[in-house]
Amino acid sequence: MTGLNQFIFTFLNVKVMMDWAPKIAAGFAVTVELALLVVVAGLASGLALALLRLSGSRILVWPIVFLVDALRAIPPLLIIILLFFGLPSAGIELSGFMATFLALSAVLAAFAEEIFWASIRAVPTGQNEAARALGLGFLPIMFLVILPQAMRMAIPPLANRTIAITKGTAFASVVGLSEILGASQSAVAFSANPSPLILGAAAYVLLFAPVVAFARWLERRFARA
Amino acid sequence: MSDFLDAFFDFDILRQARTLLLDGLLTTLLLSAIALPLGLSTGLALALLSRISPLAARLTGLFVDFFRSVPPLVLLILLFAGLPFAGLNLGPWTSVAICFLLNAGVYYCEVFRAGLDAVPTGQSDAARALGLRPTYIMALVLLPQAVRKVLPDLVSNSLEVVKLTSIAYVVAIPELLYRARQAQSTTYNATPIVAAVVIYFVLLWPVVRWLSHLENARLQQRQ
Repeated sequence: MTGLNQFIFTFLNVKVMMDWAPKIAAGFAVTVELALLVVVAGLASGLALALLRLSGSRILVWPIVFLVDALRAIPPLLIIILLFFGLPSAGIELSGFMATFLALSAVLAAFAEEIFWASIRAVPTGQNEAARALGLGFLPIMFLVILPQAMRMAIPPLANRTIAITKGTAFASVVGLSEILGASQSAVAFSANPSPLILGAAAYVLLFAPVVAFARWLERRFARA
Repeated sequence: MSDFLDAFFDFDILRQARTLLLDGLLTTLLLSAIALPLGLSTGLALALLSRISPLAARLTGLFVDFFRSVPPLVLLILLFAGLPFAGLNLGPWTSVAICFLLNAGVYYCEVFRAGLDAVPTGQSDAARALGLRPTYIMALVLLPQAVRKVLPDLVSNSLEVVKLTSIAYVVAIPELLYRARQAQSTTYNATPIVAAVVIYFVLLWPVVRWLSHLENARLQQRQ
């Protein structure tokens, strides 16, 4: 066999890929589900934390800042390991899916809180004062006046951060979840051929390349504003 | 309550695990000392490359977007467990180094590129009018201003790189996370993992504070 054929047989083996495609497709669905849950839970709790912090009460601000700092300083993989291998010592057994979901959404919430908070504070105070003079309450002011303006500043960094953190769903393979990477790795082990891993990597590119392109577009669009 | 303390904050266990954890911390620092310069220099090289011509900009853009779409852990596994099938056995350290060269490199490239774009063109025009050669214009005039503009992003990226060295655990490099797991499985106690969390926090918290400060200062400047 020539070198190129040998290479194709090893890394782009169609038969092996076809054999394992269904397993990897199932992993793809798991990755997408996990990623969507992380994005929704992370962004929503990030916004909630930012609003709580803005309320300004010291009893709230201090713990929130500490929690956010801690989650920004500790590697997500370590948090997943702590939840998955550490919590059983306290009698709490989490699945690999649950441990990854909790860890990644907490990390995303921390980063999102910081971005939301900074963007909201960057909206000129006159906006808040004018809305108050019109007799609007806290929530209408926040959701109708301040947040729409803050979002223009928040969206580009938020999009980049969200992508970076959802790529961490691959960490779930370390705690035994059969998402894309986990499924590809077991396929490699069973077939003694690395083609499934190439297929897995391609699946990630298929999933994230459009999101990366979209984030770039957002960045350009909001940079002009 | 005391059961809980014994399971997560046992000082006897901590004493037993101390040597392992310190050894792991040193390895984490060594990994960071390898990953950061590799990522920074690749990123800078890519950013400079992208300024040569519109075509070069397009190609580096594709390269950057491709490696931004692949999770770093997937890249690492591909290098470490995939390439040996082609007879290329890189071993864990080289695999991690290449992984960071590519992954951290493309993120740094984005930062450098944004920084260089933010320097007004008058700066390079003026430097050229003074008779400076292109290399000097870049190194002495443009880059220092670019770096100042994107300092928060450089710090933020570097923080992420240091945290990300924990993926070396997966290819059995005995860094902090690996040693913590090892100590946990020999002592049947979660204290070493909690200790690793605390070590990371103590190590990186000052950076997080500094970063917050830099980011807020920049936001205020923008108004």
